[in-house]
Amino acid sequence: MIPVEYYFVLSALLFFVGVFGFFTRRNLIAMLISIELILNAVDINFAAFNRCLFPDQMEGFFFTLFEIGVSAAETAVAIAIIINVYRNLHSTQVNRIEDLKY
Amino acid sequence: MIRLLVFIVLAVIILGSAVLSVTTKRIMRAATFLLFVLFGVAGIYFLLDYTFLGAVQIAVYAGGVTMLYVFAIALTNKNTLSGIYERLHGGRLIAGAAASLVGLAMVVFVFFKEKLMTVASSADEVPMKTIGHTLMGSEKYQYVLPFEFISVFLLACIIGGILISRKE
Repeated sequence: MIPVEYYFVLSALLFFVGVFGFFTRRNLIAMLISIELILNAVDINFAAFNRCLFPDQMEGFFFTLFEIGVSAAETAVAIAIIINVYRNLHSTQVNRIEDLKY
Repeated sequence: MIRLLVFIVLAVIILGSAVLSVTTKRIMRAATFLLFVLFGVAGIYFLLDYTFLGAVQIAVYAGGVTMLYVFAIALTNKNTLSGIYERLHGGRLIAGAAASLVGLAMVVFVFFKEKLMTVASSADEVPMKTIGHTLMGSEKYQYVLPFEFISVFLLACIIGGILISRKE
């Protein structure tokens, strides 16, 4: 059995790689990809803590399951917004999105 | 021991793909590396004997969400498959790296300061019947209410997505 610390270190590293990407990228889709990395790190943590520390219960399992659903919905809405922004402002760089409506 | 070996291989795949995904300049490559990360995380779930979760991860994340990304990239970039698209600035790079490293150091310090409780767990697979009953039951520690909530939430997201992205 792999110790839970290994999963924790993997998940912490993945989380902060995502944070780094979120800080450095300026493309909306790239920032969204970084958010997916962060969410996956949190998922690993939930599943690993559930399995290694409380194997008789299923809270972490179902939280991960619901998080996958919520993340899919979030991605769909965010991409709809990004496509709409691109259609109106002809750019997906956050530096160039300065106008509100006009 | 073989589990540890598989874990190390998966961790290397996940972290390498994640780093490449946030540092590559082309957005399409970032989406492809994200796909590798998602497959690696699915492998972690299989390693934890959460087979259903791994299957959901592959079906929803790797199958659905990555497709959405590829379509969005193709719709928002005119020169997706050719040429450098995004420049990374030095100052922002340093600031982001500093913030990430400080956060990582803080989290690891807090985690290893305390002794973690350990349970000698029996690692056997969760049967599908248990998952179904837990997902659909309405008693304590059962999850029919979040399930229904998430179905309504997905419906709201479908309607919202159509409403936002349709042409006038």
